Amino acid sequence: MARVLLIEDEMNISEAIRFILSRDGYEVVAVHDGAMAVSAVQDASPDLVILDLMLPNMSGLEILTSLRANPQTADLPVMMLTAKGQGRDREAAERAGANHFMTKPFSNDDMRAAVRALTAR
Amino acid sequence: MDKSAPPAGALLPGTQIRERRLSLGLRQAEVAAGAGISASYLNLIEHNRRKAQGDLLGRLAQVLGVDVATLSEGAGGQLLDDLRTAAASVPTMPAELDRIEDFAGRFPGWAAVLTATLARAGQLERVVAALNDRITHDPHLSASLHEMLSAVSSVRSTAAILAETEDIDPVWRGRFHRNLHEDSERLAVGAEALVAYLDGSESRETEQAAAPQEELENWLAARDWHLAELEDRAGALHLQTEVAGLASAAARSLGAAFLTQAMAEAEALPLATLAAAMAETGSDPALVAQKCRVPVLVVMRRMALQPGARVGLVCCDASGTLLFRKPVEGFVLPRFGAACPLWPLFTALGRPMTPVSATLEASGRVPRLFRAMAYCESRLPLGFGGPELREAGMLLFPLDQAPDHDQVRAVGSSCRICSRRNCPARREPSIVLQTG
Repeated sequence: MARVLLIEDEMNISEAIRFILSRDGYEVVAVHDGAMAVSAVQDASPDLVILDLMLPNMSGLEILTSLRANPQTADLPVMMLTAKGQGRDREAAERAGANHFMTKPFSNDDMRAAVRALTAR
Repeated sequence: MDKSAPPAGALLPGTQIRERRLSLGLRQAEVAAGAGISASYLNLIEHNRRKAQGDLLGRLAQVLGVDVATLSEGAGGQLLDDLRTAAASVPTMPAELDRIEDFAGRFPGWAAVLTATLARAGQLERVVAALNDRITHDPHLSASLHEMLSAVSSVRSTAAILAETEDIDPVWRGRFHRNLHEDSERLAVGAEALVAYLDGSESRETEQAAAPQEELENWLAARDWHLAELEDRAGALHLQTEVAGLASAAARSLGAAFLTQAMAEAEALPLATLAAAMAETGSDPALVAQKCRVPVLVVMRRMALQPGARVGLVCCDASGTLLFRKPVEGFVLPRFGAACPLWPLFTALGRPMTPVSATLEASGRVPRLFRAMAYCESRLPLGFGGPELREAGMLLFPLDQAPDHDQVRAVGSSCRICSRRNCPARREPSIVLQTG
């Protein structure tokens, strides 16, 4: 089954997503700090990265840019978690190569459907 | 002179020609003949329906004994430009631009009102843009909203898991229940902080839009609510200079009235006398008033404005409008709109010359206790034949715990930001209270 790397500093959101996706059979690896994200991608070799935009130490946008700059992860599907009101950041992430955006607060069904679509590529 | 005429500098050329002719006592026919035109044509020029230019303007200036420059377009040009700008600002309503000089000439007063209104609208648009910009880019606001959205997001996902997952493991269920509790706390704290921030925020833009009373109170707050200079006449002059520097004319007027009263009260009850009386009688304003032979409200104001006094004071008039607000930590005083009707201040307002005291619990994330002492005085500024005016004051002393024998009255700030449920006095829904 597909492996999902979840990079989200809000512990409670992270636990909820981890629970939802685990029940659907995904293997979920969770990281809570931006600085650990890039190495976690290399270690976990995920099929999908769910990346929060606002993270401590390294922003989601920086992480995305770094992933896209690396040939090994340039095509790795990345779903960005954004909050309403982050329109400008979202535009920047779109330009940097994000595959999908999920706006907080999101429904669990939308999250499941998006993960299903991105891992079925 | 016609009272509706704008200042001389704003007069249109035709109007200036007419005024000059009338001031010389000349008839239209005389001036027209001198300038080589018909009287009817001069009449059209004087009413700004035809324009005098070039040689004709020179001849008219010569007949009227003035420089050509004083009759030229420059004088009324600004007004015409402003009117053209006004017309351009509402493109959906085409104005008769070809008759703009006629309009300005015949209705100079209305033309001036129109351009002044346009200028005011432009100023207000700039304030709105500044406030809008602030809401969009304020880092504090942005961080608070992000924090709340995160908590809402977590609550939504977690609640859906609990509602939709029948066979959830008890360990996970317990964890999610705990998460829900944590997030609801975060939301409550975040919402309250946000409301407090929005209700009490200060910036250059909002200061410009601040009410005059608020401007005066900001000045007092900046001086830590104590005016040491009141205690001597020479110092009072310095205070008057400071008040004269307040931004709005209304605030300067309020400030001047406040200082006049404060100086009179400082003279009637000097700090040293107040301190001695309080040392003897305690902090009961009625006892101090009796001992010092001054009105109770004077004592209340003097007590609240002592150096470092940890006591709040609110005063209102007979309509309940707050006239003075000295805040005390833990008791939020409304910045806009009416206050909580449960305050003893309003009980006192209905019972002049009767002391009202109560132990209050002020609403807030951490409810705080206060001893409130309220009193109302009335006066007859126009004697028996005039209206009775009332003013009430309420001192707020922070308490660590309620006295055993006292009932505690739960009060708020204003309904809009009060989180008390089932309040019998609520008059409008709260924006911090979850309904339903």
